Amino acid sequence: MSPDLLKFIFGRLGIDSLPLHEPILVGTFIMVALGGITLLAGVTYFRLWGYLWREWFTTVDHKRIGVMYMILGIVMLLRGFADALMMRAQQAMAFNGSEGFLPAHHYDQVFTAHGVIMIFFVAMPLVTGLMNFVVPLQIGARDVSFPFLNNFSFWMTVGGAVLVMLSLFIGEFARTGWLAYPPLSNIGYSPDVGVDYYIWGLQVAGVGTTLSGINLICTIVKLRCPGMTMMRMPVFTWTSLCTNILIVASFPVLTVVLALLSLDRYVGTNFFTNDFGGSPMMYVNLIWIWGHPEVYILVLPAFGIFSEVTSTFSGKRLFGYTSMVYATVVITILSYLVWLHHFFTMGSGASVNSFFGITTMIISIPTGAKMFNWLFTMYRGRIRYELPMMWTIAFMLTFVIGGMTGVLLAVPPADFVLHNSLFLIAHFHNVIIGGVVFGAFAGINYWFPKAFGFRLDPFWGKCSFWFWVTGFYMAFMPLYVLGLMGVTRRLRVFDDPSLQIWFVIAAIGAVLVFLGILSMLMQFAVSFLKREQLKDVTGDPWDARTLEWATSSPPPDYNFAFTPVVHDNDAWWDMKKRGYQRPLLGFKAIHMPSSTGTGIILAGLATAMGFGLIWYIWWLAALSFIAMLAVGIGHTFNYHRDFDIPADDVIRTEDARTKLLAGAK
Amino acid sequence: MSTDSHAAHAGDHHLDDGHAHSTFSGYMLGFVLSVVLTAIPFWLVMSGTLPSKQITALVIMAFAVVQIVVHMIYFLHMSPKSENGWSMMALIFTIVMVVIALSGSLWVMNHLNSNMMPIHEMTGMK
Repeated sequence: MSPDLLKFIFGRLGIDSLPLHEPILVGTFIMVALGGITLLAGVTYFRLWGYLWREWFTTVDHKRIGVMYMILGIVMLLRGFADALMMRAQQAMAFNGSEGFLPAHHYDQVFTAHGVIMIFFVAMPLVTGLMNFVVPLQIGARDVSFPFLNNFSFWMTVGGAVLVMLSLFIGEFARTGWLAYPPLSNIGYSPDVGVDYYIWGLQVAGVGTTLSGINLICTIVKLRCPGMTMMRMPVFTWTSLCTNILIVASFPVLTVVLALLSLDRYVGTNFFTNDFGGSPMMYVNLIWIWGHPEVYILVLPAFGIFSEVTSTFSGKRLFGYTSMVYATVVITILSYLVWLHHFFTMGSGASVNSFFGITTMIISIPTGAKMFNWLFTMYRGRIRYELPMMWTIAFMLTFVIGGMTGVLLAVPPADFVLHNSLFLIAHFHNVIIGGVVFGAFAGINYWFPKAFGFRLDPFWGKCSFWFWVTGFYMAFMPLYVLGLMGVTRRLRVFDDPSLQIWFVIAAIGAVLVFLGILSMLMQFAVSFLKREQLKDVTGDPWDARTLEWATSSPPPDYNFAFTPVVHDNDAWWDMKKRGYQRPLLGFKAIHMPSSTGTGIILAGLATAMGFGLIWYIWWLAALSFIAMLAVGIGHTFNYHRDFDIPADDVIRTEDARTKLLAGAK
Repeated sequence: MSTDSHAAHAGDHHLDDGHAHSTFSGYMLGFVLSVVLTAIPFWLVMSGTLPSKQITALVIMAFAVVQIVVHMIYFLHMSPKSENGWSMMALIFTIVMVVIALSGSLWVMNHLNSNMMPIHEMTGMK
């Protein structure tokens, strides 16, 4: 075939794009391929494709979509954590003339991929998954406002993750750091596909995130059950509302910045180049206008989880509900006023730096108020140290340390010393692991029985807890020390042998965290095997307070046979106190949205378009774009969007529950 | 695609449905206003009636702001009461966010420009 034709068909993609010269990647590929083939063969052997397609891939049920988000988050956690282990091993080894085991070209991809995956494809799916699962149940709704959109959002997030994962074996990933600052990320310095994988991975996933933000705002505003005024909403629903407002307001900025960067790369504009009037500093400014709210997008729902967990396991109403809500709203607004603290050292001068330093310090006030509210909720409570509560206490201790180092970094002169050092790395891992990850784990342990009808095994949960917490401190406290000594981030080899001991300690910490992750997987497996023993028949295993515990575990497709009516905060607690009787008669047919495969098809086409754009395979990009339009327009002619669950089915489901409850007493 | 429109409406205390009424005359009025508000700036630029370009630019921007308001009232049917006040709240929030992002960026970039850009480039950019 002529080279022109080959170039037309495959774009930049060639046999040399496959990383055959990197033994680590070849090994990984063989492992992944074997694992993938086993998985696919298993699904085929057990004839699960039809089941998966009908019940999961095409579902518009917010509960199942929530569960799928969580699975995505946990799978991607394994990938992101593999990167972390490689970095820790590299840095612990590369002393005394040793180059370690990662060549620079590979190492730079590893730290970039680690950051991108952990934020966009681990933390975001975990947080979105919990919101998706819990929020409609907490407000007594039957689904989200736009169930099809929800399915589509999920698959777009998966599409982004698929693109990032593909870069491991086809071509390479960005070598720029997780925010891809120009001029390094411009075509002149990064001519390969790495940054393009980064751009299109995030753009595809970003569509999903923005749409799911709109969806959840609409759900919370419009679908609350009767009596649930704004100030009677559970705190998790409040923090979800604020988080989704942040998503809708900030993700467009990311989309635009990345679009401008891709214009620079694809058509030769000069928004962020060094010459022709471009300004790379503008990129840094804009991306942090998105980037700082993103931090709060992740941590606010975690705050909500801790609020629910603290009041449930202390057996008390949350202390200072109103102040909690206002603190959340204040954080939402303030999170837009601090972005410059990420680049104090870029040279803005004293007035700008002091303004943003002060706004940053002010954020610690509402956050501190929340911390005291949790403490006062626990004060004189009858605290039950179940797993969600253990994670919450670990969070409170860890997050306070992270918060204090954050206030330290907010002082511009101190930041000039600590900027880009390992102190910063230690700080943000301290708040993201201590806040978001511990929050997600508290949430998983707390709501797992609601989702699957059995609790998680406490023994392996406690193993996971202790490995994670001790591992975290061992991995990141040394980085604070190293940062104060002036070690900068993203280094591959070191000259000063006296530093090695700290990196070795950090590597041991990472291994402990690894054991924590393995224990968590073990916890899932063991709990599944012991599911009869751990069964939750009541639907309220923790003696909890909010509406999601009023229905069965797992909830029926329609969540609530009758829409609940709310009279107080902690609606379910109030219902229990007033001797609420479950209605046994009078069930009616329930109107529900139908499943559709359009979401997964559209997202698949978007992913193909991204792949075409990355490799300059223009026919593929054009074709999938046209196909997307066609499928999208075609879907508007789909009139089978809803159906009624017949009254008989509802009666059968509810009677089964009545029997179960009678058996439990 | 609301799953249970009855529950949804009851939950929101919808006494009235909160939509501004869209009538033919409303759309016509909006259309005429939009045309007028577009024609005047066009004429200002073409004829050069105003003494300086800066003043013309400012006047055009003022017309643009009025145009935005006209669109919101007559085409998007926004009023302080629509959607139980949520539209207004969303609008105010959006304006606050946009003002923060724009004014903050201008302020920051202005500082960066005067502190960090090499002198020959600054003269070259004029």
